[in-house]
Amino acid sequence: MKDPIIQLKGLTKQYGAVKAVDGLNLDIDKGEIFGLLGPNGAGKTTTILMMLGLTDPTSGTAFVCGHNATSSPIQVKKKVGYMPDSVGFYDNMTALENLVYIGRLNGIPENELKKRSAEVLEVVGLAADQHKKTSAFSRGMKQRLGLADVLIKNPEVIILDEPTLGIDPTGVRDFLALIKQLSRQQGLTVLLSSHHLHHVQQVCDRVGIFVNGQLLAQGDIGALSAQLFGIDSHVTSIKTAQPVPQPWQLEPELQAWEAITQINIHENELEFTSRRDITAALVRFLVEKGYDVIGVNQKNYGLDDIYQKYFESNSIKKNKL
Amino acid sequence: MKSQSPDPGPFGVMVHKEIADHVRSWRFSILIALIVLTFIAAMYVSLTNIKSAIGNTKDPDHLFLYLKLLTTTDNSIPPFHVFLSFLAPLLGISLGFDAVNSEQNSGTLTRLMAQPIYRDNLLLAKFVSALVIVSGLFFALALLMIGGGLVLTGVRMEPQELLRILGFIVITIAYVAFWLSLSIMLSILFKQAATSALTTIGIWLFFTIFYQIVINLIVKSFLPDPAYLSQAEIISYNDLILNLQRIAPNQLYSDAVTTLLMPSVRSLGPVTMEQMAGAIPAPLPFKESVMIVWPQVSGLMASTVGCFAFAYYFFMRREIRS
Repeated sequence: MKDPIIQLKGLTKQYGAVKAVDGLNLDIDKGEIFGLLGPNGAGKTTTILMMLGLTDPTSGTAFVCGHNATSSPIQVKKKVGYMPDSVGFYDNMTALENLVYIGRLNGIPENELKKRSAEVLEVVGLAADQHKKTSAFSRGMKQRLGLADVLIKNPEVIILDEPTLGIDPTGVRDFLALIKQLSRQQGLTVLLSSHHLHHVQQVCDRVGIFVNGQLLAQGDIGALSAQLFGIDSHVTSIKTAQPVPQPWQLEPELQAWEAITQINIHENELEFTSRRDITAALVRFLVEKGYDVIGVNQKNYGLDDIYQKYFESNSIKKNKL
Repeated sequence: MKSQSPDPGPFGVMVHKEIADHVRSWRFSILIALIVLTFIAAMYVSLTNIKSAIGNTKDPDHLFLYLKLLTTTDNSIPPFHVFLSFLAPLLGISLGFDAVNSEQNSGTLTRLMAQPIYRDNLLLAKFVSALVIVSGLFFALALLMIGGGLVLTGVRMEPQELLRILGFIVITIAYVAFWLSLSIMLSILFKQAATSALTTIGIWLFFTIFYQIVINLIVKSFLPDPAYLSQAEIISYNDLILNLQRIAPNQLYSDAVTTLLMPSVRSLGPVTMEQMAGAIPAPLPFKESVMIVWPQVSGLMASTVGCFAFAYYFFMRREIRS
């Protein structure tokens, strides 16, 4: 478990004067779902292409399943299933034919192929449409067929490039649930790239934020927000029935609590920023003092805030230059 | 049965799929129809004139019935091999012009390249599959012609004739292969299938129509009045023009097939009186004809291999993304 299945060391790709990927170091462990999050043009696809040996890094190495992706891409591609962002199929062939072709290219024996493709189509929910030509497929169906394509070769690692692009919300939810389920059941390692925060947040164990070719932060969402907002990352806002008078005679008493770093008051809304989660204590305190608490809201930083924050700091950096 | 057949490997799988694609495509059906129609028309004309051609005792080749079938015409339409010199490129171009860029545009190239296959196998599969089809087509036509000739005339075939006809087919396939590899190369270079098709057709038109005109214009501009030249100088100028024309693949092809199909052709350049002295107008043996066309054939093969090597070079280190 400790041995990372994907290991990127100082991976760099330069297009002319532009560094698309800049000294990327990343380890992904077996069985985890890792989300590579970043805006368009951040270098996500380039990174993925380098992992598969589809493009050569300017410097650095990418080891996937113990093989160097640049020097022995065939070994890597045997174990890695890759779904590109705009997956295409041979329009004159049916879904099953497309799938069987990929199966044959992966050297699956003819006598297993039928059973295997039927199974995979069942898993992605396309069993009913397998004899339709792919030209008649919707975007979501193509995406599912793309996943079937990836699964038929029994990969150890799945790399999905923008898998949720252009699918409707229910489709996205089903698709992500499917990925998560597959990963958990079969112990697959999944790397998915996206610029869509909520999708990544739904399924990923760990997230890496990737902007302008650099991995700015990585970790699970809690760790990311701690890393970003410091230790005082707990915000509790409490709504009371009656407006709080200004100045508030209880404020000095609360200020004295060592956990609280900041108090903001807007009429009947109190916002406490604290080092620890003190929501329960705060509510008890206010109730004892005779306030009618009508709403308590604990603010957790989601990826949205994290993302936003990174963009802010990034644009500040740029302005300084 | 199927489970006993050996694993064809990814290359075999790709060739299989490409052949199936070609056979099912409209484009290929239309071209086959075109070539078969040309073949039938040429055969019809030659069959109606075969009697006079065989009876013409002044022609040293008059006894080669099957070669006459391929070359005789009453000048209403050109013979089959001349037709082929401009239809064959079209066949090669149409089979190769969108080989790589259409896959790239439809997003299947990335998907394919993510499978454990070597990149060169893809190029080779595209090339081989088209060539297999073309070979099948031409061999079928030749054998049909031979069989038809046997049935209609009952004349026994000389082994030499068979060799010459097979040689003609092989050279035709090599000629198609050249255009095929050129169009595959351009399909890698250009992102749009239409661009690569137009470029290859442009090259083809240039060589079939304009190249000769251009050569003549250029040579005329510095050629002195032939009246003041010695015979040796005239021959050297003539050689120069011929050699320049042989840069064009269609020239190489027509030189080669003419020599093979007309056994009395002894040289492709001008022949001096001294060389002709003592020569009896008689057909050459097959081996001698092959010796004459060998440079042409190797030239065609070399340009095919050259184009393919370039295609390989452009494709191998290229970044594949849709």
